[in-house]
Amino acid sequence: MSGADALIRAEGVSVRYRATPVLRGIDFAITRGEIVTVVGPNGSGKSTLLRALLGVLPPSAGRVTRARGLRIGYVPQRLHIDAALPLPVRRFLSLPRRQGASRIAAALARVGVPDVAGQDMGTLSGGQFQRVLLARALLAEPDILVLDEPTQGLDQPGVAAFYRLIEAVRGETGCAVLSVSHDLHVVMSASDRVICLNGHICCEGAPRVVARAPEYRALFGLGTGGALALYQHDHDHSHDGATAPSGAAR
Amino acid sequence: MTRALLAGLAVAAATGPLGCFVVWRRMAYFGDATAHAAILGVALALAFQISIFAGTLVVALVMAMVVSTLAGRGWAMDTTLGVLAHSGLALGLVAVSFLPTVRVDLSAFLFGDILAVSRADLGVIAAGSALGVGLMGWRWAALLTATLNEDLAHAAGIAPGRERMVLTLALAVVVAVALKVVGALLIAAMLIIPAAAARNFARGPEAMAVLAVAIGAAAVYGGLQMSLWLDTPSGPSIVSVAAAGFALSLALGAGLRALGR
Repeated sequence: MSGADALIRAEGVSVRYRATPVLRGIDFAITRGEIVTVVGPNGSGKSTLLRALLGVLPPSAGRVTRARGLRIGYVPQRLHIDAALPLPVRRFLSLPRRQGASRIAAALARVGVPDVAGQDMGTLSGGQFQRVLLARALLAEPDILVLDEPTQGLDQPGVAAFYRLIEAVRGETGCAVLSVSHDLHVVMSASDRVICLNGHICCEGAPRVVARAPEYRALFGLGTGGALALYQHDHDHSHDGATAPSGAAR
Repeated sequence: MTRALLAGLAVAAATGPLGCFVVWRRMAYFGDATAHAAILGVALALAFQISIFAGTLVVALVMAMVVSTLAGRGWAMDTTLGVLAHSGLALGLVAVSFLPTVRVDLSAFLFGDILAVSRADLGVIAAGSALGVGLMGWRWAALLTATLNEDLAHAAGIAPGRERMVLTLALAVVVAVALKVVGALLIAAMLIIPAAAARNFARGPEAMAVLAVAIGAAAVYGGLQMSLWLDTPSGPSIVSVAAAGFALSLALGAGLRALGR
């Protein structure tokens, strides 16, 4: 993680929200093709970290550097579209840059919702909505996908399918993926590296290393181990087992 | 009469798209605050003997920037705006009363005096509207993205704060030129009512903006006719026709949706 070719790098970053310190002393880097997942309890500063890395929040100490001309595909945690704004899916996908009809059709097909181009964003189901958000992020031809709890409101199979899609996209495009989640058991095995956050970085490393780390167990308890094993079992069916040896959690 | 119509149409062209953003961003009260503060601008302009347009523009701009800054800091908007809007209006009315040498017809500024638009006024109104429309057209995609979600805009390389300033600037300019046409108390109505009516038909953001302009223009024409034949005050007549248009759009919109099913 000390590679010189980091897409986004944070050095000693602290962030305050008004007077309250939210993050302190964060060192972070992500390189091309890497899938990094940030986990942590509510209020641990996960979204704040993403927003600082995106440049939305200025750090109160330290610095964030992004590679020159870095293209970011961002999937926000929530996207509230005011009922007063009529917004067909195809128009949404053309924001801020116009996209041709064929590119829009291809992107929607890629994320598994080929027939929604003419629908209003307000009429989509939760799962369709998240997939459309992902399609929009992909249309930017991103060097890095940044996902802030992208599976909120999806059911268990929906979540697993969403992360498989992300992994497949990484395989096809070679983009890096930085996501924040509390769907621990799902993301763990789909990540190259997991960062456990609670105001500061408690521990990080390969998913199985983190899952065994005492800092991680102190934050999340032991109960997730079983679910983790369950998911990894699932996961082994459709992917290589390199990142997810079954039964690793216990 | 032709000048009045042209002035009204120019204002409608700018308030259409601007009103859409006001509605989408839920900043209806923001338009009110800026417009009410414009009365303070009138008073200052009369006191310092500068053009009324310049006075209102400066005060509207200051007010819009104050509100926009406070919004950025997460103040409770309805309270803050309530304080600022009515303070601006009250201070303006008090300040005007201190101007003994000028007999000011305040109602002209509160409710507009479109029939008294001079050739020079028309030029200023047209230029101001063109500037407002030009600003919005230039920044349209960025404005729309920032309106949807500021983080999303940020990730796409758009600075949401800058887009908010563009909108603020457009709002101040349009308020300053619309003062003469519909007056400080009714500018917000010209922003919101045509956009709200357009929402009942529009399928996309651009269509909604264009429809809002059309509805606003129809209200200007209808209001002026009403004013002419019934001898009613022109500004309130225009807004009344717009309100009737909104009611009609509700009924038509519901009818269209029923047919669509």
